[in-house]
Amino acid sequence: MAAVTLERREFVRELLVERGDLLVVCGLGSPTWDVAAAGDHPLNVYLWGAMGGAPMIGLGLALARGDRRVAVITGDGDMLMGLGSLATIGVKAPNNLVIVVLDNGRYGETGMQPSHTDAGVDLAAVALACRFKAARTVSRIEQAAEVRSLLHAGEGPILVDARIVADDAPRVLPLRDGHVIKHRFMAALNPA
Amino acid sequence: MHSPTDRETAWPDAIYAQFRRVGIRQVGYVPDAGHSRLITLCRGDPDIADVVLTTEEEGVGLVAGAALGGQRAALLMQSSGVGNCINMFALLRNCGFPCLLLVTMRGEFGEFNPWQVPMGTITQDVLRLAGFLTYRVESADAVEDVVGAGCDMAFNGDLQVAVLLSQRLIGPKQWTR
Repeated sequence: MAAVTLERREFVRELLVERGDLLVVCGLGSPTWDVAAAGDHPLNVYLWGAMGGAPMIGLGLALARGDRRVAVITGDGDMLMGLGSLATIGVKAPNNLVIVVLDNGRYGETGMQPSHTDAGVDLAAVALACRFKAARTVSRIEQAAEVRSLLHAGEGPILVDARIVADDAPRVLPLRDGHVIKHRFMAALNPA
Repeated sequence: MHSPTDRETAWPDAIYAQFRRVGIRQVGYVPDAGHSRLITLCRGDPDIADVVLTTEEEGVGLVAGAALGGQRAALLMQSSGVGNCINMFALLRNCGFPCLLLVTMRGEFGEFNPWQVPMGTITQDVLRLAGFLTYRVESADAVEDVVGAGCDMAFNGDLQVAVLLSQRLIGPKQWTR
């Protein structure tokens, strides 16, 4: 297997170029810092907890707003803790939902201990087995444009397993007050 | 399979009527005998997205996402499912998401299975500790009022409300099929 070269910050920044009215739910820890580093936006839902919950927040949002595109950007640890939610999402099959897993095979916030994906658990294969319409594994920055087009126009549900370098990017901390994050998001989604 | 009696259908029908009144649009559940009629009603309603969950904690994320998108959601679960949700409940408090939980109780009254007792006997306390307002219903004729009041408090006040449907209300028949 080729050495992993995909850098998480550069990848997420590329995914969110010209994001338009995309709704973004960020899994706790590094994915939240990555999305914040790409530029704060009122249509970001930053999670600082609720591990395992990001994909299901994405489902509730995607069902409520079938007219909008929803991206869940999360880590392998969050996705593994909510693995059953892939089955739940596969059954409801929202066509406007894409999950991007920033998969470094590590629990980054707790000391970079190896995760199940490091031992070969294949999240893309799990998603396909759960009836996702499509699943991709990507590992090069050149593939970011393709993933970006999936976010905006792919027939969901889609899971993208992005194999990223296991480095420790500097923290970029967004809003932390959950009420503020919620109200700002809802005001931006439904302007008065 | 027996035909449902009025006693068995009145309370789930009353809950469903409240769902319609307040405009519930998403209902998450893990299949449950006590909630079976309500689940069937929700599944048959084109205005409600019914979401079958693999574990109850998924439903906590679901209601948060629904609220962000401007929809009202409810969760149906058995008392054992409350235990599966505890850490995820923090999401509701941290962000002030409205949540309506309808809990069918096990392990508290005439329970044949002792394995249900440890969780059933702490369910209400656990919900209180997690920040829920809890209302317990013992009789079918109180269901409409209590669920209606719970809906109004949850969705008008961004509060977390749990209605506990007692095992005595649900009745023993449903557990012996």
